[in-house]
Amino acid sequence: MTEIDESKTLKPTKTERREKFTNLSDITIKPLYTPEDIKDFNYDTDLGTPGKFPFTRGAYPNMYRGRLWTMRQFAGFGTAAQTNTRYKFLLEHGTTGLSVAFSLHTIYGYQADDDEALGEVGKEGVSIDTLKDMETLFSGIDLSKISTSMTINAPAAILLAMYIVAAEKQGHSADKLRGTIQNDILKEYIAQKSWVFPPEPSMRLIIDTIEYCAKNVPQWYTISISGYHIREAGSTAVQELAFTLADGFAYVEAAMKRGLDVDDFAPRLSFFFNSHNNFFEEVCKYRAARRIWAKRLKNKYGAKKSESMRLRFHTQTAGVSLSAQEPENNIARVTIQGLAAVLGGTQSLHTNSFDEALCLPTEKAVKIALRTQQIIAHESGAADTVDPLAGSYYVEWLTNKMEEEAELYFEKIEALGGVIPAIKANFFQKEIANASYKYQREVETRDRIIVGVNDIQLREPCATPLLKIDENVAREQIENLQRLRDQRSNETVQAKLEALKEAAKGTENLIPFIMDTIREYASIGEVMATLKEVFGVYREDSIF
Amino acid sequence: MGEQRKIKVLVCKPGLDGHDRGAKVIARALRDAGMEVIYTGLHQTPDMIVQTILQEDPDAVMLSMLSGAHKALCPVIMDKLKENEIDDVLVSVGGIIPDEDKPFLEELGLKGFYGPGTELKTIVEFVKNNLKR
Repeated sequence: MTEIDESKTLKPTKTERREKFTNLSDITIKPLYTPEDIKDFNYDTDLGTPGKFPFTRGAYPNMYRGRLWTMRQFAGFGTAAQTNTRYKFLLEHGTTGLSVAFSLHTIYGYQADDDEALGEVGKEGVSIDTLKDMETLFSGIDLSKISTSMTINAPAAILLAMYIVAAEKQGHSADKLRGTIQNDILKEYIAQKSWVFPPEPSMRLIIDTIEYCAKNVPQWYTISISGYHIREAGSTAVQELAFTLADGFAYVEAAMKRGLDVDDFAPRLSFFFNSHNNFFEEVCKYRAARRIWAKRLKNKYGAKKSESMRLRFHTQTAGVSLSAQEPENNIARVTIQGLAAVLGGTQSLHTNSFDEALCLPTEKAVKIALRTQQIIAHESGAADTVDPLAGSYYVEWLTNKMEEEAELYFEKIEALGGVIPAIKANFFQKEIANASYKYQREVETRDRIIVGVNDIQLREPCATPLLKIDENVAREQIENLQRLRDQRSNETVQAKLEALKEAAKGTENLIPFIMDTIREYASIGEVMATLKEVFGVYREDSIF
Repeated sequence: MGEQRKIKVLVCKPGLDGHDRGAKVIARALRDAGMEVIYTGLHQTPDMIVQTILQEDPDAVMLSMLSGAHKALCPVIMDKLKENEIDDVLVSVGGIIPDEDKPFLEELGLKGFYGPGTELKTIVEFVKNNLKR
């Protein structure tokens, strides 16, 4: 037995255990919320019916009573064949959508035998170089029946092209395909940092994808506007909310500038949020996000269709909240975070595995994470009625507060000239660096208690079995790539790359040109190198 | 005599790994502890890192790696330092470093291996106590 000394973990004060209670966005929380805190509350305009403007209560009228959220576990490691086995395991255990994690070299658009890929092949995700790998990845999985999310940004158009052609080879036309590509480059400059090209040509590729899919892949979500990485990089919940929606506005404005009708593309935009530990703050963040988006699309961008105003989102529990110390505690954290996402009305959910502060998840850990979702869905009762927390004085007050704070950020971003100028001025990067440093200081001064990390620690050696990535993966991947180069017509590949390069110099939509290179088994590295010749590459300032 | 020379630290992000939250927080903590800190920014190849070390002549180099590439990249960096006869610089690697990889990295001359949950003051003390010059 371990005695827990309360005096070490809690600050004694006269009447309350803390001098001040704040959430992770540094919003001060009062002891009690009453009707006084939501005096101007109007049910119809602030909340409204679920599935209708302003969508505060949910994207759909009956939410999970109709269909549960998609249980989508992000997975990928090693070679395409290894990940294909993991996908089949997940499908057998009741996962309802696939989500591809790519190897870092793929994320940056390098091929496995590029110098930059040294040490990275298959480590953090599945290594994909060519169409051949994509075919292997989904071998035996019917692409007309599954929805697939691909976390890919700078080379998103290339991976989408590979997916479409892989489906073609299975005998399915593009209009049957359902899924999402992340394709959100703005948050890369802001937080995740896997950019390649400068912002302007990157935006062109994104709008090309939106335009192409509106015509040819109508069931595809062309972008997943992501706050997840902004939060992981250290932002607060309010910053995650504000910066993500600001990115969303920037995409809408860019597509409208291209001449697209907002109602033709806005229904295919989707969002991706984080779910961290402060339960109510997270629930209110999602509710505020739906309301802000709906109002802006209707009032500022003149959307007419209800679906254009309806914000739909995927949630992943906060990787950054997982502790390497006493990793089993993470199961409890993930449960709370997953429940917040469900009570906030998420359309799909990835629950993290408890061992992810240490390694890519083992099969056992992945299964517990998926089971956690199933317990929330079938045992907790949280999915039985729509938006059950609505009407709580605290929840409605905090939803309003999150919206107000986000609006203040929108004003600041606007004053800097919009999202891209704000990125170039390092505005977001500084805000996030400040917030993450502040958080770390609070943890160290024990103003914030992380159980098993800074309260009371039982120093035990780590007994969690770790997933190891076979060091032969890189060799195997490089051999496959070399074999493919011998088999394909290198002359045709060169001709298609040349055509792509010429098109990139002009203003045509590049997606058909990229598809032509992919059909001939051009590698991701070759396509990216071709585009880099025209677009150049981005460099960031090294601020901290 | 006048004040003591400041400890000079180079914080690096080798490879493609974009997880720079920890590196930035550590850079700031070392600066707040009175050190002179240079942060390389992301996507540094071993050559770029060694070039920066030659130019800046830091007392300590802190490599931050969370992508699992440490076993491939650290030997290359350490070899290049040897080639350039740099042997009086503390080189540390931290991030996500599994226990079982530590002996291999120690053998190369690396130290530290601080991971998630480490207090900043621990890292500040580590740098102060392990300098080679």
